[in-house]
Amino acid sequence: MPNKTFFWFFLPTGLAMILFIGLPIISTGIQSFYAQHDQVVKEVKKCDPFGCTVSIVVDNEETSKIREAKPLGKFNGFGTYTDRNHLAVDEIKKFWNETESFGVFVDQVTNLPFYKALIFTLTYCLFVTPNVLLLGFIIALSLNAVARKIRGPLIFGTILPMIVTPLVGSLVLFWMIDSQGIIGANIQNLMNDPYLSLKSSKTLTWITIIIYGIWHHSPFAFVVFYAALQTVPQEPIEAAIIDGASRFQRIKHIVLPHIYPVVTFVALISLMDNFRVFEPIIGFSAEGSAQSLSWLIYDNLVNEEVILFGSAAATSMMTIIGIAILLAPVLIRTWKEFKTAR
Amino acid sequence: MDYGLDTKSTRLKTFNTIFIITWLLIACFPFIWTFWGSFKVRADFFSRSDWWYAISAFNTLIETGGQFTTNAYTQAWTEGEFWKASKNTIIVTVFVVSISLFLGTLGAYALSRSTEKYAFWILMAALIFRAMPHITLVSGYLFPFFELQIWGILPTTIVVLVAINQPFTLWLLYSFFKTVPKELDESALIDGCSYFQAFRHIIMPVMWPGVITAGLFSLMLAYNDFTVTALLLNQENHTMVPKIQSYLGTNQHEGNLMWAVSAVVSATAPLFMLVMFFQRQVISGLTAGAVKG
Repeated sequence: MPNKTFFWFFLPTGLAMILFIGLPIISTGIQSFYAQHDQVVKEVKKCDPFGCTVSIVVDNEETSKIREAKPLGKFNGFGTYTDRNHLAVDEIKKFWNETESFGVFVDQVTNLPFYKALIFTLTYCLFVTPNVLLLGFIIALSLNAVARKIRGPLIFGTILPMIVTPLVGSLVLFWMIDSQGIIGANIQNLMNDPYLSLKSSKTLTWITIIIYGIWHHSPFAFVVFYAALQTVPQEPIEAAIIDGASRFQRIKHIVLPHIYPVVTFVALISLMDNFRVFEPIIGFSAEGSAQSLSWLIYDNLVNEEVILFGSAAATSMMTIIGIAILLAPVLIRTWKEFKTAR
Repeated sequence: MDYGLDTKSTRLKTFNTIFIITWLLIACFPFIWTFWGSFKVRADFFSRSDWWYAISAFNTLIETGGQFTTNAYTQAWTEGEFWKASKNTIIVTVFVVSISLFLGTLGAYALSRSTEKYAFWILMAALIFRAMPHITLVSGYLFPFFELQIWGILPTTIVVLVAINQPFTLWLLYSFFKTVPKELDESALIDGCSYFQAFRHIIMPVMWPGVITAGLFSLMLAYNDFTVTALLLNQENHTMVPKIQSYLGTNQHEGNLMWAVSAVVSATAPLFMLVMFFQRQVISGLTAGAVKG
């Protein structure tokens, strides 16, 4: 296709992506260097029959004037990146100098909001992704063994958790495992502990959200693996059976190597999706004990008094860097393949 | 050909059946349970004293005189203004699907027929864009949209959702277009068609399965979106998913949590029906990128 034709064909979608994906990233980058204005305060002298008092109040008029003049806020450089709510450079230095043991230091650092969220996000990715691959593969193998006639409805049932939006999916589970729901109430009875509930323990909350993640993402892995299993050639498997290979050996030495490229694809996609975990935290109302990077940004953006654009943008930029680190190996590999292919 | 070599022992078969039944229970029971519970009153579905009330409908009988009640539905749809949310969802979904298919088919066709190096880089860029968490993009939108005073209205959200959806649509349609033989449009070009005519009259008619699949995924994205719609729309224009969340926020009211339950069922039912109908397309779409690429 000539370049000119390509240009006109690609223009609409390219424009949409540049305007609404490319530019916002740049806009986020610029915003992250600004911080919201401080409120202008003034002294007010209040006199009544018992004497005069001087109090400091916020001058709303002046404040809004400054905000209007410079809506982006004041220039802050890397200030937002290094403040307590983000990388917390000063706090970490202080902890390093003051604390005695390494354990206490780690403890204090992981209580800072950004690191807390980062650790939750990484833990979530680390536990959900491999389990999704494993469970998806097992379901695919298992469904592949049942009679062809009844597979259709079974597949439909299997993919249900995937097609609902994460907020709805997590709500539906939350209503069951809440202390007033069917599972939660029964666990309370079993354990004989009327105070046992999801919200009471941080570990329980984390485990629940991770289980939710596996429940929600496994169907995707299943669908892809199931389709890949249909393409596995029968001859080598039959040869292996004649040679006396066990079922496990057949899967390990024939099926898995065959579907290996698909496994990396699923791992990549589910890693990307897991890194943005956010809706389940709202669905499970778990803000208290589990915060992810995306949730931090959301929280800044729905702030009641003044939207913390700068703070949200700084967290966003660091999330994007995180994504870049996750994607780097894949991109480098693709580039090498592309170069050798030419 | 199957020579019957792969014999399964009865033990394996039983184990397999048990496993599938267990998994299906885990996958489907929450939805069935929510559907069942949406016809009860709050005191039953979220029972403080005994979860069995949700089945025996103890409080529902006392409060409404029947085993089942549709109070939650009628209230959410009228008082809770869920009708407005569903109207907004329909508008957003219809526009997002049609616009993203239009842009996506043009772009993906060009990508699949280009032999230049930049086509590869565009696809890579699309992959990176696909990985961006939506919330980071939203944090980039909010400020400019406030300044331009286009925040809160449906058209802005539609355009944003179309753009966010483009990378995935491009990849999906690209892999579908690749399966259409090049000779088909080349012969049309020799016969004197322009590229656009070849695209319109030769390629599109054989591309319907791919277009339907891409359309379904755009639909699911627009229909299910929470991040963009919750932050870019004002209260008045909220679509279904942010509306459900707003019912949760005010659960001091006796009715509102049940509104959320009935709203969840109302929002999920059409989606399930659609997927049941188009199951084959959904699966082919999910696997298109993986198995072929």
